[in-house]
Amino acid sequence: MAEIKVDCINETCPVPLVETRKAIRKALKGDIVEVVGNHSSSKEEIPMAVKAMGLKLLSVEEEDGVWRIRIQK
Amino acid sequence: MSGKVTLVVHSGDMDKIYSALIIGNGALSMGMDVSMFFTFWGLQRLIKGALEKGPLSRMNLLGLGKWMLKQKMKKAGVASLQKLLRDFVELGGKILACDMTMKVMGIKKEDLRDDLISKYCAVGTYIKEARESDITLFI
Repeated sequence: MAEIKVDCINETCPVPLVETRKAIRKALKGDIVEVVGNHSSSKEEIPMAVKAMGLKLLSVEEEDGVWRIRIQK
Repeated sequence: MSGKVTLVVHSGDMDKIYSALIIGNGALSMGMDVSMFFTFWGLQRLIKGALEKGPLSRMNLLGLGKWMLKQKMKKAGVASLQKLLRDFVELGGKILACDMTMKVMGIKKEDLRDDLISKYCAVGTYIKEARESDITLFI
């Protein structure tokens, strides 16, 4: 099981969402995708996309305006 | 949950091309299928080298307004139209080119970014795609 990291620091709409989707497409079933960013709407919207695609949202954490979202395919 | 979005890209204005590509990429990212039907001024943006060439829909001020907005967008870290278009195709989005516009405006296949275009077609294809869609917008 691989872990794929996606750095979206200082990226804005729609890049965090798009980069998350690109990573999920490349991941194999069971792989973990970890996205880090500071665009606040994406912290809400990436979990919406995860839910819409029926994937597993492992965690959403935030510290000093930087969020970290972990998804399992 | 999946679903489909079909967008008509009629405008060639830079800000509207941004809106169209952001919505298209957003929908693909949320797990939907997306088709973008480029027609009239929108199709002109698919001519090689023309993607970023459109004016602003408002306050273009002979290009000064566009230049100022581009500076602000760069500062805000907004992705380029080139990146958004590449991402759209990479995520499986379909680009449809209006063949009537090509005829009217004298645009040939080799003038367009043919590698990105899924199909050259007409209104029947748009209606077929729109009929299967949950969301359709005219931009």
